[in-house]
Amino acid sequence: MTGGAPLGKDLLGLEPLSGEQITLILDTAEPFKEISERAIKKVPTLRGSTVVNLFFENSTRTRVSFEFAEKRLSADTVNVAASASSVSKGETLVDTARNLEAMRIDMVVMRHPSSGAAAFLADRIESNVINAGDGTHEHPTQGLLDLLTLRDHFKKIDGLKVCICGDVLHSRVARSNIWGLRKLGAEVAVCGPRSLLPSAIDEMGVTVFSRIEEAIEWSDALNILRLQLERMTSGYIPSLREYNRYFGVTRERLERAPRDVLILHPGPMNRGVEIDSDVADGPHSVILPQVTNGVAVRMAVLYLLSGGRPEQAEAAKTVKSGALA
Amino acid sequence: MTDHTETILDANAVERTLRRMAGEIVESNGGTDNLVIVGIQRRGVQLADRIVTLIEASDGVTVPRGALDITLYRDDLQTIGPRPVVGATDVPGAIDGSTVVIVDDALFTGRTIRAALDELADFGRPARIELAVLIDRGGRELPIQPDVVGRKIEARSGDRVDVLVEDLDGRSAVVLVSKRFE
Repeated sequence: MTGGAPLGKDLLGLEPLSGEQITLILDTAEPFKEISERAIKKVPTLRGSTVVNLFFENSTRTRVSFEFAEKRLSADTVNVAASASSVSKGETLVDTARNLEAMRIDMVVMRHPSSGAAAFLADRIESNVINAGDGTHEHPTQGLLDLLTLRDHFKKIDGLKVCICGDVLHSRVARSNIWGLRKLGAEVAVCGPRSLLPSAIDEMGVTVFSRIEEAIEWSDALNILRLQLERMTSGYIPSLREYNRYFGVTRERLERAPRDVLILHPGPMNRGVEIDSDVADGPHSVILPQVTNGVAVRMAVLYLLSGGRPEQAEAAKTVKSGALA
Repeated sequence: MTDHTETILDANAVERTLRRMAGEIVESNGGTDNLVIVGIQRRGVQLADRIVTLIEASDGVTVPRGALDITLYRDDLQTIGPRPVVGATDVPGAIDGSTVVIVDDALFTGRTIRAALDELADFGRPARIELAVLIDRGGRELPIQPDVVGRKIEARSGDRVDVLVEDLDGRSAVVLVSKRFE
């Protein structure tokens, strides 16, 4: 992803980026915040560019956030809600890629249930690809908006102690956060029931807490993941009530902390399960600023990638010459 | 071929020139009512700050100062490859009905000012927009002319005019850099 352009052609995850590249995106997001505060919330930067929001999984907030970002940059947008359940995923993606390219598009924002789907598509089309969440792999723009929100509050990331709580096992948000935070020098921990933590999580260089009280005592900020309710029926946790009793972030638990702990949540929240309403609406919650920052960070990514040189993507050349994998 | 460097304005001359420009801005507008000074990132912002300070010293009024970054309004974004860094834009309050003076360091093709006019229109409808530049180096590609000029020079197309400001460059000066065959 390195090379002549600052970011290259695609944004597939935070793992392939350097700390400098992540900082470039965060710095670029700063002036984009102001555009959403204007009476006329629009700049002509991507006039004439076509962006396809290709969603193989339901997502309202991420798609709406991307759509606002695209429209505020004057891009033309098309939303495609596709279902991947009935067809073989590989074939579908190649065909989709060919069809999209035939319609002369410039960028694809894709959400897909399979890990690696964004990289698969990026290798096969000349357009810029932005990963809006692929399976349990990464959700880079969510990681970036979390980083921006932390930096807004603490004025730095280096040396911060951030604990990611809950269903880390299934969470692409957790993975993007861990990569991004570590590359910018933060200390990262995870906390959750052992059944919802990946077995080799320590290899990502994070501390593991099995009790939420310990996590709160250690942390400057908690990023509380949504407990994906469908996991309960798969036997990962005994009951929602028990989860809330042992891992719920409550006002009582936060009041015992040695310092004020900043509260982040990527949404949508299950109030009374992983987070109590007192905490979600409390003075240290930055859950709504996260949403605001999401638009700015996505504008920054669209802007930076629009300067990437598609001809630099080696794999795209093979498509041109007909050697499609 | 070597770079030939010629100082057009030294620190004192820059100061004198800005003082005259500040005077002209106030005089041509019959005072400072409804006046807003907006500098173009980056060095136009520093010069706008100087002009605001000079008006404050002479007239005892603090004129609102803003900053415009025109990067997102450039007409060459599709052709230049890697995206340039975007600076802060900060337009003070409502500019409807006011006189906005755009301040930039050097006026060349006029394309920056075209972008600035488009960006200002997204913030409101000023009664009047004026343009003040420290250096007019000629070479216009658009029908845009300044209202207040510090110094007019005839630079050739390959020449570079560097406006240096204290905050960013450590000294204040205007330098013409031209290629010369030895």
